[in-house]
Parts: sequence; structure tokens; C-alpha cells
Amino acid sequence: MIRQTFPGVRRALPAALRFLSGGETFGDEPECADLTKEASLYVHWPYCLRRCSYCNFNKYIPRENNSHVMTDCLQRETETLLQLSQISSITSVFFGGGTPSLAHPSTIAAILETVSRQVKLPASAEVTLEVNPTPMGMSKLEDFCRAGVNRLSIGVQSLQDNDLGVLGRDHTSHQALEVIEEAQRLCPGRVSVDVMFGRPRQSVESWEKELSDLLRVCDDHVSLYQLTLERGTQLFKQVQQGEVTVPAEDVMAEMYQCARRTLQQNGFLQYEVSNFARNNAVSHHNMSYWRGKQYIGVGPGAHGRFVPLGDGGVVREARTQTLEPDVWIHEVQQRGHGTRRKIQLCHLQLLEEVLVMGMRMTQGINHNHWALFSPQMNLQEVFGTTSDVHQLLQKGYLILDDRGLRCSWDGLVLLDSMLPALLLELETQIQQRPQRNHSADGQTQTANSQCE
Amino acid sequence: MLLEKAACSDRKNMAASLFRRVSQLKVYRRKIHSHSLSCAVFRHRWMKRLPVVSGSFRMFSTHTDKQETLDLSKFPADKIRNFCIIAHIDHGKSTLADRLLEMTGAIAKTEKNKQVLDKLQVERERGITVKAQTASLFYSHQGEQYLLNLIDTPGHVDFSYEVSRSISACQGVLLIVDANQGIQAQTVANFYLAFEAQLTIIPILNKIDLKNADPKRVESQIEKVFDIPRDDCIRISAKHGTNVEMVLQAVVNRIPPPAVSSDDPFRALVFDSNFDHYRGVVANIAVFGGRVRKGDKIVSAHLGKTYEVNEIGLLRPDEHPTQRLYAGQVGYIIAGMKDVKEAQIGDTLYLQEQPVKALPGFKPAKAMVFAGMYPMDQSEYPGLRSAIERLTLNDSSVTVQKDSSLALGAGWRLGFLGLLHMEVFNQRLEQEYNASVIVTAPTVPYKAVLSSAKLIKEHGSEEITIVNPAQFPDRSVVSEYLEPMVLGTILAPDAYTGKIMALCSNRRAIQKNMVYIDDQRVMMKYLFPLNEIVVDFYDLLKSLSSGYASFDYENAGYQAADLIKMDILLNGRSVEELITIVHRDRAYNTGKAMCERLKDSIPRQMFEIAVQAAIGSKIIARETIKAYRKNVLAKCYGGDITRKMKLLKRQAEGKKKMRRIGNVEVPKDAFINVLKRKDK
Repeated sequence: MIRQTFPGVRRALPAALRFLSGGETFGDEPECADLTKEASLYVHWPYCLRRCSYCNFNKYIPRENNSHVMTDCLQRETETLLQLSQISSITSVFFGGGTPSLAHPSTIAAILETVSRQVKLPASAEVTLEVNPTPMGMSKLEDFCRAGVNRLSIGVQSLQDNDLGVLGRDHTSHQALEVIEEAQRLCPGRVSVDVMFGRPRQSVESWEKELSDLLRVCDDHVSLYQLTLERGTQLFKQVQQGEVTVPAEDVMAEMYQCARRTLQQNGFLQYEVSNFARNNAVSHHNMSYWRGKQYIGVGPGAHGRFVPLGDGGVVREARTQTLEPDVWIHEVQQRGHGTRRKIQLCHLQLLEEVLVMGMRMTQGINHNHWALFSPQMNLQEVFGTTSDVHQLLQKGYLILDDRGLRCSWDGLVLLDSMLPALLLELETQIQQRPQRNHSADGQTQTANSQCE
Repeated sequence: MLLEKAACSDRKNMAASLFRRVSQLKVYRRKIHSHSLSCAVFRHRWMKRLPVVSGSFRMFSTHTDKQETLDLSKFPADKIRNFCIIAHIDHGKSTLADRLLEMTGAIAKTEKNKQVLDKLQVERERGITVKAQTASLFYSHQGEQYLLNLIDTPGHVDFSYEVSRSISACQGVLLIVDANQGIQAQTVANFYLAFEAQLTIIPILNKIDLKNADPKRVESQIEKVFDIPRDDCIRISAKHGTNVEMVLQAVVNRIPPPAVSSDDPFRALVFDSNFDHYRGVVANIAVFGGRVRKGDKIVSAHLGKTYEVNEIGLLRPDEHPTQRLYAGQVGYIIAGMKDVKEAQIGDTLYLQEQPVKALPGFKPAKAMVFAGMYPMDQSEYPGLRSAIERLTLNDSSVTVQKDSSLALGAGWRLGFLGLLHMEVFNQRLEQEYNASVIVTAPTVPYKAVLSSAKLIKEHGSEEITIVNPAQFPDRSVVSEYLEPMVLGTILAPDAYTGKIMALCSNRRAIQKNMVYIDDQRVMMKYLFPLNEIVVDFYDLLKSLSSGYASFDYENAGYQAADLIKMDILLNGRSVEELITIVHRDRAYNTGKAMCERLKDSIPRQMFEIAVQAAIGSKIIARETIKAYRKNVLAKCYGGDITRKMKLLKRQAEGKKKMRRIGNVEVPKDAFINVLKRKDK
């Protein structure tokens, strides 16, 4: 039944595209048209006022005010990449960083205008801005919303002032509460708070208390992040030198489980490993990542995944923009974009990403969703045959039924232990079977879809 | 500069009244020799690998044949002395050999003459001699020319097989003792080998130039332990050449000439053999009677096969072809043997037309320590196989048996004479053949006396040897188990006696003897189960005695022992490659240690893993690897999933290589950690 939907998808391919790949032993088939018509947009603002002790993200302390240049370049790169992707609409925009709330609201407005000048940006499209809950950030919130932002993600991280100090944050818990309140006034039902667990000296009890304090004030969306020690950060060094201790693995596990329970009891549905929503207030932008949709990354160090149809490309590419803002600016000024790396994803690699991202959602990967990317082999054929997966199904960690493939409540916590087995199975199945001959649409691809 | 020195020592040779043409020849030789010496470290590889070099050697051989004038008939048996040097490691035997070679003009005197006879890289690095090397020296004493045949021997007991082979071709030995360190464990072992062979023993105190040298004390040790008068000792410094001339004089004066005659029918003992890729087997022989020349038809007594002599000559220490070899002389022979097995060590060679009674041969070396060797990656198997084949060509004392482990793949179970032998072999494998190998913890050969008539019939004997623990027969079919024993000699300052005795009794050893060899040093003899010393005994002994204790052992047969088979279980399933044979008294400690090592090297999984050691159905030790409670990255990637994908892909790749025991996935590293010898 699932396979029957496939020829229709194929028939929808533009003739030009089919010409490009027809007869070639290309190994990878062009992505289907539905997927290449739209994308989400991620815009990276690389600057922060200070460095957080745990953060290894791509961020810079600005030396001078270059927001004009930055604005110009972000617009320019947006233009170039939209052109390259040939998409007709942007489904959501996310301003992340760094600290994008340091940008001027007019910058946000300018970028959104650039988008809507070129492609369809529906009024209903989600436009999220990450906000640092400082008084300065708060003062600009209204202007951001006027510029087109309709969802705010607030980096609360902790409600303990001590911990905020250890983490190197530049705000207090009181300020955070004020920002949450203001944000809810401006975007009711579309405010998210980020909180972090596994912080130095944190206990399960204090975490539980903190979480219930937060639940009293927060809106309909919570993102939970576990503090991960990243090499090269100040916190990593402190832990290495024994100055700071972080909770043990099992304590971390307890904190996570405790948060899942508490949030559920308060009406928050977990829809992804780290994300919880009430009243269906899920982040559409993030959902499109996890569903394997195209995304365009603009700004220093931003990542994207899309088919560069404008260059005659037929397969999805993993694209990375140049990291350092100054170099990136120079490149954008010179050639319209700062793409540093592009790697064509072969059929298998694409499916691997779809699998890894999709399984992070509680709803998992449904059959139709999988068929978009793998019309030749359905989930049952790929995963339903091996003893490894069978064991996971039997133990109740994994569910494969008429809806699709997903983790159970207990399984989601162990996802990273299951993914290697699933990836291995995917690789074996894909490489074992040559792609079938599809006479229905005149395609004659028989080559094994192998990487490299 | 090298040439000048060559010419200089050449004049010395002329003065030694050799024929003019010979000495001209020598200059020519010397040039080549100096050249090869300056690259001595690489020489071993060259000779084995580079056909060009080997070719030029051959050209050279034919060249000298034409001018052959070295008349060995000038050296009847009474002008010949055959001797070897025996010593504890690092007491300076190879350095003394260098000086002897220089003084007799066999090699040029240069700064680079450091242990010329130690050809292998591992020998130079470890300061030990692995393969016995031979060099013939011309020495003039009181107006007479003598031919001195020096056989450099390995110092360690693991190589005592080589030592005894060398000794059989000798009439005397130089027993070197470090004037600073005094008698050490291997000094004792080597002394007894020579003593039992009834050889003349010349004690030599080396390193008298050292500040802490105490030759007087060492002389009295020698008197006390070996019953050799202190006046017989010669005090030298091999490094500086002090009194080395006296050593040469003592060799001529004290060591008797070989009791042989050139008029007897030809017979020679094969005491060593090497394999040369281009010329086949090069056998080292000691001529016990008669003479042999190029073109002679000779017969191997062992195989009864006939060969034609292609080349004979002296080793000086490089091959030096001659027309003939005479009774009492030591040299090499090349006779078209294609396989080292044809030149069995201990075999007798005789002329086809004059059959003789074979000389008493040697007991074949018996492997006492076994270890598995596996390639790091199975793709390296063919390379490792040919490396092992080539190495065993020159070391027939290593026994090789194919083996395969579910965890480590296809490999071999190799048997060695001892631990050092194993280490040296491993090091040679890595250095000379660039092979990286996993070496499992060594085991010893146990025996079982079968009680079941059916099994006895099946095995063809009542007593069977068990090398692979998986084949350990059940108690119910066995009347007793036997384990190999060794008699260990430990020499140490008496301050460490208490600690050493505690260590030994902890290793199930029984003290046999204890004497003070002087007012501070004690010699102790213990009977050890071999199994107790094969892994880390020597390292512990060294560390608890701050490096002062020395240890040596000799095999001492088998003894009944309460042996049991121990299983290692993962979630109740036995892991075949971890089955271990242990003494009942040691089972708990061994089992606990193995469980702990496994616990540390098996990653957490989605379920709990019980790691157990069991004897029969009885669990004697347990460790638990707790299940993951959470293993998912709670983090958003901002679209950057490349790193996470890479990590997951690597884990997926790693999964392919895991060995599955029931539902437990065990990485190869875990087996390596448990099976491998501990790093020092």
C-alpha cells in the first residue's frame, strides 16, 4: 500500500530534473519535488557580550559595532542561498546565535523582508528569536515582534542566581522571570523557555523544586538541555582540574526522568528528546529539522541541508558556512555567500539523517514520512527482519507498527544505544539491495546506492 | 681515517708473518668491512632484503676463491682453541668479544665497534645476545700462530639451549662477572652448564675501571660459590682494553686443544644454522675429525641425504671462504640445503664414502611458555604469517601451531623456551617485519594423567599435555593433573630477603636452599610452579628489590597439582577464549582480577551485565556492569548534526567488530585487555 503511493510522487518530478538524472548511473536519486519546494531558514547571529563557561558554540565578542555590515551580509547571503535552492516558500525562520537579541530589530526586519521579496513567507510562518533574559533584551522585545518575530525562546537556563554565575550568564533569575512575563504579553502561547540540568553541584531535589517554580511562570513550551562538558570550554577545564564537579551519570539520568514525569503531570507533552509543549505549542522550525525537511543556514558557521537546484544540483547537500564572522563577511561581500563546505549526501546518508533525527521525536517516523525518502524500501523491510531490532521491539524499547517506527517512553532515554544497531541495519539493507527498476516512470536506475 | 686504521692494523698482520698476498687481500676486505660497519645497525636488514648487496657479497666470494691462499692446514688441532664467553646480562661479554676481535685484527679498531657480534636490532637495544655468533681469530703467542674460535653466547636462561649448543663445540669458557655487581643468577646457571660439560673455566672480572668495582669481594664470591681459586681470576676492563691480552694468553695456555685428528674420517657437528634467502641454509659446524673441502659429497646422519659442498669457510665474524676445514676448526658450510630442517641442529655430517657413527646430538628445545599471537586486524594475517615463518626459520626453538579465537580471529599459539625468548621474538617481529600483534598472557603446558581406559586409547597414552585450556579434561576422567616446575635461583642483597621470601611463598614456591655468598649477598633457591613466574614475577622481584635482585631458573620437571578449570561468564554464558586453568588456591584471586578487568573494559549497555568467574557451577567472583539509565543526548543542534552523525556511524562500525556472548556485545579491546600481558 505504501509502495503504491510512490509512482505518483515520482511522476510529480519536473521534467528537467528527470532529464538531469535519467540514464546516469548516479546512484542517488533526486529528492522528490515536495521536499525541494520549501525549506526553513536558520539565521546565525554570531556575537555575544560575554562567553558562557559551558558554551562551545560559534560565537564572538564583537570588537566594534558592525551591525550594519552584518545586516547587509545576512541579507545578501539569504538572497544568494534562496536563489540557489529555488524553493518557493520558507516555512519558518529561526534567529539563533550567539545572542541574536543583541541584533537591532531592524536587522531582523530587513532579513524577513529579503525573504518575502524572493519567496513566499506566509504570515502564519513561525519566526522565532532566541532571547537572553537581560533588561536590555527585554526593552527590545516589542520592537522585535513588530519586525515580524512571533515566537520567543528565552534562555533562562536556571532560576538559581548562584548557578547562573557559575555558568557565566549575564542575567539574574529575577530578570528572567520579568522577561518571561513580558514575552508572554507580546506572544501569548508562543514563548519557550530553555532550562539546563546537570549543572555543577545540582541535586535531584533542587532540580525538582526549580522545575516546579518554573512551571508556575512559564508559557506553553519548555526545552530541557543536559549540560554537556565540551572540550575547550572553561567549565570543562574546571571539571578536569577538580575545581567543579558535575552530577554523576546516574544522577543525570534521574534528573531527566524526573523532569519528564513532572512536565507530563503538568500537561506538557514530550514531543522530542529535549522538547515539551502544552496546547500543541510545538516548535515548527525544530520539527522540520527532525522530519528531514530542507533547511537553509545563513550567517557565520550556519549549517544547511538542501538541494542546490539553482546550480543544477539534484541531490541534497550538507552545507556549512565559514565560521569566523570577519572572514565570512569578506566572502559574502566578494561572492554573495560564505559557504565553506558542501558535501553531497548519498541516498544512504540522507536516510541515516532522516532516521537519526526522526527517532528523536516521540511520534518517530511514520510510514508516509519514510516513503518520501525511501520509496524503495519501507520501514518494515529495512528494520523488521533482524534479530537485533527484534530484540529491541520485544523488550519494548522500540515500536514498529502500522503508524511507523518510534521509541517507547522507556526507549527514548536509551535512543543513542539503539541508533548504532538501527544504522547498521539500514546500511546493510540499502547496500544489499540494488535499487529496483522503476519502469513506471521510465527510470532505469539499478546502481547500488553506495556512499563514495 | 678508516682506511688509515685499516692499513695500520694491516701492518700488524704482516708482522704476524702471514703471506703477503693474504694481507693484500685483507686490505681489500677491510675496506668493505669498515664500510659495512659504519652502517652496522641496518646491516641485518640489508643482508636479508637487498639482493644488490647480497649479490656483491657473492661476487666477492668468487673473487677470493681465485686468490685463496689462507691455508688452514697450518693450524693442526694443537694450535686451535675453541671457547665461548658466558655471563649474566650486561656483564660485558659482547664488549670483551669486540676487544678480542680488534686485537686479533678480525675487525678494524674503531669507535663504532660496539658489540659487533650482536647483529640483531633487538640484541643491540636490549644489550643481550639472542643468537650465538661465531668468530675465528688468528692470534700469535710466543712465536706461534693460533686459531682461536670464539662463540658468543646468549646470557639468559631462555637461551640456555643455544648456550649448551655452543658449549658442545668448545673446550673452555670465559666466565665473566661484573666486578661491581658480583655473581648474579645467570652467572650461576651458566657456570653449571659449563661445569657439567667439564669445560675449562676461566673466571674474568670485568669493569674494574668502575668506581664501585670491588674485585676482591667478587673473587671471594667466585671461590665460595664455584670453588675456583681466587688467583685464577683475571681482572680486566673490556671497555678500555685493560688486561685483555692476558685473556688471550689464558685462552691459549689454560684451555686444552680439541682432542681430534685430521687423519680420522671427516665428521662435523652442526651446532647452529641460519637461513639465507639466496644461498639456502648456512650451517655452522665444528669439525670433530678429518677434513672437508669444496666439492666433497657429504651426508646428513639425521636424514641420510647427500649434499655437495658449495662453500666452506671461517666466520671472522663475516663469512670468509676457504678451500678446506680441518679437525678442531669451526666454520660454516653451504651445501645446497633448501630448508633449515635439513640442517638439524645437533646433526652429524660425514663424507659419503666414509660413513661414521653420529656424534651425540642435542635434546630438542622444549617450549615452556605458550602465548597466542593474533594480528591487530585480520587483514594483516598473511603478512604476519610470512613474518612468523621467516623468523622461525632462524629460530627453530619456537613451536608454531595455528589457533583461532572467536574474539581475536585467526592466529597462532606459539611456544617459547621462556619469557625473554617470547619477548625477544615479539620485538623482532615488530622491528624486523613491522608487524603489530596482540600477544595473549602466557600459559604453561599442563599435563593430565588419564584414568579412563577409553580416553587413554583415544590419546594413545596415559599422560597428555594440555596447551589449550578449552581442552582441559574433566576431573572425573583424570587420576591427577601435573604442572611444570622450575628451580629458581635468586641473588639479592640480604636487606631484601624478607620481602623476597614473602613474594616466593605467595607464589606457591618451596625454598630449597639459602646461602650467603659474601657478607651481604644471599643466594636462594626455590622450587616454583612455572605458571607462577611466567607473568609478572620478575617485574615484582625487580621492583621490591630496587632492581638489585637477579633471577634465573631451570626446568625441574612436573609435579602433581590441584588444578581446576575456571570459566568466565557474561550473563551466565561462558566465554570460550577466557577459560583459564588455575591452581585451586589461586582461583579466587585470578577470577576476581579477570572480572574486574572485564568490568572496566566492557562498555555499559541497555541491560545489566553480570561478569562472573565460575568453577563448575559454583560462582567464585562477580562484578556487575550496570545498565545505562539514560543514553540520549538532550541537546539541540542548531541544524549541525554532522558531529553526532559521525559519532553514531563510528559506533555502528564498532558494533560490527564486537563479539557477541549471548546478548552482551564485547569489544575486541575488552578481550585484549583481559588476555594481554599487562603493560609494564
